[in-house]
Amino acid sequence: MNAAELVRQHLIDPEICIRCNTCEETCPVHAIQHDARNYVVRFDTCENCRACIPPCPTGAIENYRRVARSNPYAIEDQFSWDELPAEAEPSPGETAELPADVVRITEIATAGQGGAALPPWSAAHPYEGLHTIARPAIATVTGNYRLTEDRASSDVHHIVLDFGRTAFPVLEGQSLGVIAPGLDAAGKAHHVRLYSIASPRNGERPGYNNLALTVKRVAADRAGRPVHGVCSNYLCDLKRGDQVKVVGPYGTSFLMPNHPGSSLMMICTGTGSAPMRAMTERRRRRAALGEGGRLMLFFGARAPAELPYFGPLMKLPKDFIDINLAFSRASDRPKRYVQDLIRDRGEDVANMLRDPESYIYVCGLKGMETGVNEAFAAVCGAHGMTWDAVLDGLKREARFHVETY
Amino acid sequence: MTIDYSERIPNNVDLAGNKTLQRALEHWQPRFLDWWRAMGPEGSTAFDVYLRTAVSAESDGWAHFDYVRMPEYRWGIFLSPPEPGRLISFGAHKGEPAWQEVPGEYRSTLRRIIVTQGDTEPASVEQQRLLGLTCPSLYDLRNLFQVNVEEGRHLWAMVYLLHAYFGRDGREEAEALLERRSGDADNPRILGAFNERTPDWLAFFLFAFFTDRDGKFQLAALTESGFDPLSRTCRFMLAEEAHHMFVGESGVGRIIQRTCQAMKEHRVEEPAKVRALGVIDLPTLQRYLNFHFSVTLDLYGAEISSNAANFHTQGLKGRFEETKIDDDHVLAGAQYPILDLAGDALVIKSASAVQALNERLRDDYIKECAAGVARWNRIIQKAGIGFELALPHKAFHRRIGTFADAHVSPEGRVVPESEWTHHSREWLPSQADRDFVATLMGRVTEPGKYANWISPPARGIDNKPTDFEYVRFA
Repeated sequence: MNAAELVRQHLIDPEICIRCNTCEETCPVHAIQHDARNYVVRFDTCENCRACIPPCPTGAIENYRRVARSNPYAIEDQFSWDELPAEAEPSPGETAELPADVVRITEIATAGQGGAALPPWSAAHPYEGLHTIARPAIATVTGNYRLTEDRASSDVHHIVLDFGRTAFPVLEGQSLGVIAPGLDAAGKAHHVRLYSIASPRNGERPGYNNLALTVKRVAADRAGRPVHGVCSNYLCDLKRGDQVKVVGPYGTSFLMPNHPGSSLMMICTGTGSAPMRAMTERRRRRAALGEGGRLMLFFGARAPAELPYFGPLMKLPKDFIDINLAFSRASDRPKRYVQDLIRDRGEDVANMLRDPESYIYVCGLKGMETGVNEAFAAVCGAHGMTWDAVLDGLKREARFHVETY
Repeated sequence: MTIDYSERIPNNVDLAGNKTLQRALEHWQPRFLDWWRAMGPEGSTAFDVYLRTAVSAESDGWAHFDYVRMPEYRWGIFLSPPEPGRLISFGAHKGEPAWQEVPGEYRSTLRRIIVTQGDTEPASVEQQRLLGLTCPSLYDLRNLFQVNVEEGRHLWAMVYLLHAYFGRDGREEAEALLERRSGDADNPRILGAFNERTPDWLAFFLFAFFTDRDGKFQLAALTESGFDPLSRTCRFMLAEEAHHMFVGESGVGRIIQRTCQAMKEHRVEEPAKVRALGVIDLPTLQRYLNFHFSVTLDLYGAEISSNAANFHTQGLKGRFEETKIDDDHVLAGAQYPILDLAGDALVIKSASAVQALNERLRDDYIKECAAGVARWNRIIQKAGIGFELALPHKAFHRRIGTFADAHVSPEGRVVPESEWTHHSREWLPSQADRDFVATLMGRVTEPGKYANWISPPARGIDNKPTDFEYVRFA
């Protein structure tokens, strides 16, 4: 687990900067340099002494972005910018920072892609942190049913929350936080728990101010010891009409591209399917527009009965989505994991890796990351590419997004 | 070293320790103020302006902001801190310690360099003296005044060198700097571009972008000088000069933005219809750009110049970013490609690099201009409008050097005089263009209000809001 420390990185706004060289001239430690296009700040050299701030004639110098210390914007990135990357700033009047829990969980979830990343260029602009712990939104439960079959060992629920007249705008791939009522053993309010939103931006039911969550009832910890997940049990036990305190939305990077012809490769396990369902449903609702692009899904679970949304998924036309299911505990078949399927479909996977319009999303348990990376490396090797180089390119173009927990 | 503002002439050069020099400059000071009152911004003496004043030459002292009544602006003498052990980095004296006094054999050459630079400073104040009457906003009025007071300070910087290092000759030159007048038929400023009129704010912004950038390149080349006081003086001036280019680049950018916005809103593209919306059409802007760029190129002088060669060889004036260039800094036997005229064709020929230093500085300058124009084009592109601004060809509309007598189109085609006469109205601003721009020039002085032809800035000065009262009228 990568508990990356978040720091402020000093950057220069290329839209306002007039390339006058004053900052470079002033910097006592030579942290500022330029090429024919931009002036940039070397992260590992800048000591934040602020000597460059007052002499700047434009104010372009005074910009910062929060980044993981281990993964700042490289000067090569900065040289390529026409504008600063967006930062998820809370809207004015809100508390300035995201809740520490959310920052911590996000860091862990995105460690697989090396920390915070940019969204696809054609992603819609996300709202983030509209509702805070101090002032959460109140949603009403309008649906709650079990997705997995009764005989399945996991109890996964599809929960629909309605926001009534409260704004809670979301995009596919974003999460929200739920605050379970009551106090923990230490007498403190429960931590925020994050859940990926499983419905598209225009509602679980189109045109309604509602959204869906995919929640697995936690009955055991990672080592298999019995444990009662406070928030998941709270959610799975909710009844229609119950009210829930919700914060968020969160997430500015794991977002889908919107431009016609863009393709999605989605790799998930278990409730990691929630954002994939949201994106798939978004595309399904727009299928009639004929915008093109393909959908390829790699979906792993223990057995068909454990697979959330198995039924509706199977009804989707083959020419709309290319579905690949892996079952690790199906009684009649050898164990299969998503990485096996990626290898099986090497030719198609390689084609998508090469296609600049394809975007890759990985969501599920942490354990899947290594296998998926190895599978990509193998596919690349067999098709005359090197995964490290491909991955660099994917990250640079914001085409590779990971959320694992 | 902190600047002592209790002195009559604020300075960080220990003026009090040199009584003769102090008296000489105190004698010049009222003459300067007379000049400012006569030739500085028209009608501005009662305004309180939110200005940046240097309180020290260290980075934390460059930008002290407060309201200042402009004639009370503390013009003073500020040199960048010395670099201990600085060596001359180019020319025949490369490797020798930088001079703290003027070498006798270079005295007249250095004086000419300083006078030529110094003459541009009051000239631009004179050129801009009426612009305040038609300011598009308080923000812009403040920026204009900031530019003006700093040009005044740059004059002080050069006058200090003349007084401190050139004796009686220097004092006479310092007087003459206050006597020449921009555009005066009998006693004009030394350089051509500084005798052109700056009649409107479009011209002002383009002047600040193009012509003040020439200032930057000249100062940068002088910052390399082996004469250390000149180097330190210019180094500090460069920091102030940056604000002037900011005013130019952002001013033109805001005009473009406003024009594009109006074009999109009303879905018009034809220049006449764009003008009818009360904004400046992009082809007119292009013609103004052609004018300001080409007259500024002349400031660099002839392509082949033995003066320029001598300045370099003698260690007086370096190349742009001399110390960052990876060569021998002596230019022994080096060649440099220059543009030449062969019949009616433009050709590249190889010339002695040391003879071609004017051309090299001009080329460095053009590169930077092109990058700025590309940034303007991004604004147009972002608005989804199919128009691209471009720098005209280096040989277009030149009055000095190889192309002075040639007629070259903006695309770089040598054309017969008849074609030039026929097309020059499409290439350079016509009187009708200037008349149209003049119709837009009203005076907007309500805080937060901006004239229709220009967008508000993205951010204010000193992190103040864009509706801040940047100028208070008495």
